[in-house]
Amino acid sequence: MKRYLPWIALVAAASIPLWLHDPYILNAFITTGIFIIAAMSLNLLLGYTGQLSLGHVAFFGIGAYASALVSLGFDVELLFGIRVVHEPWPVWTGLVMGVVVAAFFGYVVGKLSFRVRGAYFVIVTISFAEVVRLVALNWVELTQGPLALTSIPPVTLGLPGVGYYDLYSKQSYFYLVLAVLALSYVVISRLVNSRAGRAMVALKENESLAVSVGIDVTGYLVLAAVVSAGIAGAAGGLYAHYLKIIDPDVFLFLYTVTMVIMVITGGKGTLAGPIVGGLIFGFIPVFSRSFLGPELQWILYGLFMILIVFVLPEGIVPAIEKWFAARDKDPETPLVKSTQAHIQDAP
Amino acid sequence: MTEFLQHIVNMLILGSTYALLGIGLTLIFGIMRVVNFAHGELYSFGAYFVYFAAILLGFNFFVSILIAIVAGCLLGALIEFVLLRPMRGADIDTTMLIMIGAMIVMQNGEQYIWGGVAKSVNTPFPQAPLVIGSVSVSWLSVFVFCASLALIAASYLLINKTKLGKAMRATFQDRDTASLMGVNIQMIYMATFALGSALAAAAGALLGPVYVISPQMGNLASLKAFAIVILGGLGSIGGATIGGFMLAFAEEMGAGYISSGYRDAMGFLIIIAVLLFKPTGLFARAERIG
Amino acid sequence: MSVASSAAARPALSIEHVAVHFGGLVAISDMTFTVNEGEVVSLIGPNGAGKTTAFNVVTGFLRPTKGAVHYRGESLNELKPHEVAARGLVRTFQRTSVFQSVSVFDNVMIGLHRRGRSRLWDTLLGLPRERQSERELRERAEQILETVGIQHRARDLAGALAYGDQRLIGVAMALAADPSMLLLDEPVSGMNATETVRFMELLGTLRGTGMTILLVEHDMPMVMGVSDRIVVLNYGRIIAEGPPAAIQGNPEVIRAYLGEGVKKRARGS
Repeated sequence: MKRYLPWIALVAAASIPLWLHDPYILNAFITTGIFIIAAMSLNLLLGYTGQLSLGHVAFFGIGAYASALVSLGFDVELLFGIRVVHEPWPVWTGLVMGVVVAAFFGYVVGKLSFRVRGAYFVIVTISFAEVVRLVALNWVELTQGPLALTSIPPVTLGLPGVGYYDLYSKQSYFYLVLAVLALSYVVISRLVNSRAGRAMVALKENESLAVSVGIDVTGYLVLAAVVSAGIAGAAGGLYAHYLKIIDPDVFLFLYTVTMVIMVITGGKGTLAGPIVGGLIFGFIPVFSRSFLGPELQWILYGLFMILIVFVLPEGIVPAIEKWFAARDKDPETPLVKSTQAHIQDAP
Repeated sequence: MTEFLQHIVNMLILGSTYALLGIGLTLIFGIMRVVNFAHGELYSFGAYFVYFAAILLGFNFFVSILIAIVAGCLLGALIEFVLLRPMRGADIDTTMLIMIGAMIVMQNGEQYIWGGVAKSVNTPFPQAPLVIGSVSVSWLSVFVFCASLALIAASYLLINKTKLGKAMRATFQDRDTASLMGVNIQMIYMATFALGSALAAAAGALLGPVYVISPQMGNLASLKAFAIVILGGLGSIGGATIGGFMLAFAEEMGAGYISSGYRDAMGFLIIIAVLLFKPTGLFARAERIG
Repeated sequence: MSVASSAAARPALSIEHVAVHFGGLVAISDMTFTVNEGEVVSLIGPNGAGKTTAFNVVTGFLRPTKGAVHYRGESLNELKPHEVAARGLVRTFQRTSVFQSVSVFDNVMIGLHRRGRSRLWDTLLGLPRERQSERELRERAEQILETVGIQHRARDLAGALAYGDQRLIGVAMALAADPSMLLLDEPVSGMNATETVRFMELLGTLRGTGMTILLVEHDMPMVMGVSDRIVVLNYGRIIAEGPPAAIQGNPEVIRAYLGEGVKKRARGS
């Protein structure tokens, strides 16, 4: 059953535009899907290698800006009067470049910041994100600064000589996001279920023991950072071409926090965790916006985050898995079993 | 030259409040190993409380600042009791997530209660600045500088000359041994968090009236406080003081001679550079407190 | 036998004038000894004599303040721990010997890391080579679990096993890392008498395969039983070296141990 679950979920998701015609809800699905991709990428670092990267939004934003700028073209003067002029390229190359540039920054940040661990790693990653945000805000010639990059072209699919198809409609963009999400899922699941994934778990559990059997810890951390940043960059590119406008606020710390909440609520270190957490927090605003202002909604997020850490530190998916495992072990008396466990838990 | 001297004067005033912020955080992080993301929110809490007491309740300006510091102290104790005490022994990432949650709640709470429009506080100081040669400085800033130095000195005395301070230093060195020697660890943790919060609130209460008070002011304060702690080395009041002035100096110089847009980037670049090239901080010989 | 004796002439690991200082504290003052190919050497000494420090220096966890470590002619001084392991020098740990929240089987799979052949692209594209490599690793893991005799606990979480069994997993993991030389840090501490005897048999099997072994151990009957040679450390320097029979009668060794015993009793009273 568990083996088929991702396929069932994929088919169910693919059917959504067929029966859902409310553009507002479909819009929520698209942005939620984009944030799920970002949360999945964060989970690779946070859940599997155990490194709490709180600057993750930097890779998302870098992907967004890189993709937008490659598609829009730019003309900037660097130091010493060197001019860099870039003519607009097709949008799909922009998306690819978004991934590449973000992954490159993942490599640099990984190489440098894994020299420190724990709290200091967290501080370095946040600082990196803030520096990138300030660059986006102040390098007006490249980014338009607070005026935002506007008129970002939509994604175009097609082959030369066959014809082109603009993904203007929400339905088609939904399928694009779903495809990228599925691809990211496959990449992450193959990675974590491989020899590389075992190495990551080993270094999360006990670094000294991991290196003692010959695992190059820094190498695998950098690998995780590169893959994670690349996927975050893909999410950022999708975001930019969907909204068609991008400003330095995309680098706000709150977006990282949103991703973190999604991951820990759903269950860090599980493949389904970021998807479950992402759906919950992607749709809370949809239901709450009629009666909650943005501040109250954020207060709710904050309280939820504290509550999850207190009550369900492992997250939702591991809790469900445990419940099923307990039921499978003793199929005759599942209810009694779980009640007993409940009673034992209560002091 | 005049411009440079003006930057130095600004640096002294900004640096003295940064030092307060840094001392508060270095105590909390050093003794409790909690990465306090809510530190900046206690800073803006202090600023708002001055506004609340002075403008809405009509208290005297100086009394309002005192009230704000006491309120920060109490709020810190409350946060420690409700959020951190039940999580004693949890790993550093867990408490970090809790404090991020607290930060979000507090920041948006401020936004909700006070609205997004910035507030300003009238002060009893004369409008005309104090002019010495070519440098001018407002009387309010002189007061802020003196009050901050007094608070820094007071914290130094508290840590080094009192019984509570001795217990805090012992806990910093080795929690288990301190506990065996009869130090009440729960009490020390609460006192540490309350003291750190009071200092953050003091920094906000003093600096808030100099500028304007907005919900976003705490945004970068936590990270700046971390920059200061990282510069000065963990657990050192002297280090945090010097770190505060250094950060202020870097910001003033960056804003004055590079670009005002990158003022806030200075702190982050310092963090990245120091952590990558000298992870124990610039002045730390070893981790110690005092 | 002839293979073993001819191999015994070749030094595998050589430690030359190694010193380790922590600030002002001298953990090892001047240590020189060699371990020959296929030999079982024990490093003994009272607590705090510098045995674990010596292990940490050899395996790259600590840089020596002075001196040099060579394995099969290559200097290990500048190598990181994982690079030392890659040269066939694999250690176990005194305290945390397993990945607690991972199954016993997966512990060994992690240990087999170096033997995996799959590249990143094989993994990401799910190529046949990836599946082939994983299948080989799983077979290998089962063999190793059988060798150390804990195959019946393969599916359990390593942290749930008794302490003595966890030590065995630690050895299984080290074996999985394809060592030519094993460094075992107090492998039988926490084992009962039966388990210790079983472990000595395992050591016998391993030496039969030509494995070089350096052992830190407090269990004297075991040390005397398995070692070809014993090196005795006290206060960071070597005070005696030789075959078990010679060490047993060495007056300085007896003094080092008795001295410690006397001090311990004095503290206890």
